[in-house]
Amino acid sequence: MASNEEILAGLAEIVNEETGLAPEAVELDKSFTDDLDIDSISMMTIVVNAEEKFDVKIPDEEVKNLKTVGDAVSFIAGAQA
Amino acid sequence: MARKVVITGLGATTPIGGDVPTTWRNALKGVSGTHTLTDEWVEKYDLPVHFAARVTTPASETLSRVEAKRMDPSTQFAVVAAREAWKDSGLAEIDHDRLAVAFATGIGGVWTLLDAWDTLREKGPRRVLPMTVPMLMPNGPAAAVSLDLGARAGAHTPVSACASGTEALHIGLELIRSGKADIVMAGGAEAAIHPLPMAAFAAMQALSKRNDDPEHASRPYDLNRDGFVMGEGAGALVLEAEEHALARGARIYGELAGTSVTADAYHITAPDPEGLGATRALKAALFDARAQATDVVHVNAHATSTPVGDRPEYIALRAALGDHVDNVCVSATKSQMGHLLGASGAVESVLTVLAVYHRLAPVTINLENQDPEIPLDVVTGTPRELPEGQVMALNNSFGFGGHNAVVAIRSTGPKVELA
Repeated sequence: MASNEEILAGLAEIVNEETGLAPEAVELDKSFTDDLDIDSISMMTIVVNAEEKFDVKIPDEEVKNLKTVGDAVSFIAGAQA
Repeated sequence: MARKVVITGLGATTPIGGDVPTTWRNALKGVSGTHTLTDEWVEKYDLPVHFAARVTTPASETLSRVEAKRMDPSTQFAVVAAREAWKDSGLAEIDHDRLAVAFATGIGGVWTLLDAWDTLREKGPRRVLPMTVPMLMPNGPAAAVSLDLGARAGAHTPVSACASGTEALHIGLELIRSGKADIVMAGGAEAAIHPLPMAAFAAMQALSKRNDDPEHASRPYDLNRDGFVMGEGAGALVLEAEEHALARGARIYGELAGTSVTADAYHITAPDPEGLGATRALKAALFDARAQATDVVHVNAHATSTPVGDRPEYIALRAALGDHVDNVCVSATKSQMGHLLGASGAVESVLTVLAVYHRLAPVTINLENQDPEIPLDVVTGTPRELPEGQVMALNNSFGFGGHNAVVAIRSTGPKVELA
């Protein structure tokens, strides 16, 4: 089980790998599309990499609800529980 | 009177150089870009051919990690070459609605496709990357170059096997002549040094099997030639309407005077032994350039080093140029770079343009015993000086499927000395 901080750090690493954004730019209140400028194809890549990293399932229909980095952290934390 | 089209920028990444200056210097020197492959897959799959001609310079030296991640290796090479050509052209403030792309590939994103297939089998569909489709599609290089340059007058992808790169110049010329664009980034890219294409080309007996001496494996016109050497890389040429280039005072390498494309309709892989399709292509390119056979001083031949391919090209050259073929010096640069498939026509066109610009024909290596049935004047040893005054050179490319493409490059000024 990863803590929220660990999930955030792991997500930041995945986002950095995919987009080149500095990990510290990936903050809980940041919107994936509006703030981080992540397109849908990159978002799906991030989702799939997060599934593998945190050993969770993120259903496709759930992805549209993950508007901010915080949404994703909460979902992953819940899915791990 | 059709618009004249000139060449104002050149780019390349090849097995003998990571850019145009290095590739050209080595093409004049005569070096082999063919080496033994050290990849584990050569042994793992017990491939019959253990060597190839890899690019000298990884695309990662130009592209960022994130850029490269979203591109198949073939697209990476395309973007590297196109960026060099664009910079070389000096173009800056332009109307992007008048800039088009014609960027070819022979095979497309084969690495992406087969990596994704491995992922699907080993990890399931969820792990297949969402970028797989845009990375594997054959228009990937053209699309990426269009995005990179902001080219909005269309992005075209000729796919005609090993004639593709030359056909891209044909399309580019037509786009400018017809007024659909003022500038075209034309070229070709290929990255197929992968176990599957290596096995498949070997299965059809197209590849040289000179495993104990790879540097001498690519030997066009030699009696002991036994197949081509797989190469990789990209070439790019900025084609520009002459009035556009003159208005901005651009450096002009030469005129893309004429192009042609024909089809053999003879056999899916074998060349027509009479070279009829190639002859028609050569004549059509000269006609398109409003040129005479006697204008031609140099040919960069297709000459892949296969036992069956090199001779019909000679027959076609004699049929199209007549006895004047004896006055033409021929370079078979695949002897140095291997066969870049869909990129070969673009890279060899870059060399043909430079040959006209500097009045120097690059050398053919590994020619020890010239096939007596191919009595061409082949440039070996040292580069050949081409005549002063206005000259024309041809670049030939032929592809599986019976595709024939020829471009004619005419000088636009006096000889320019090498820097």
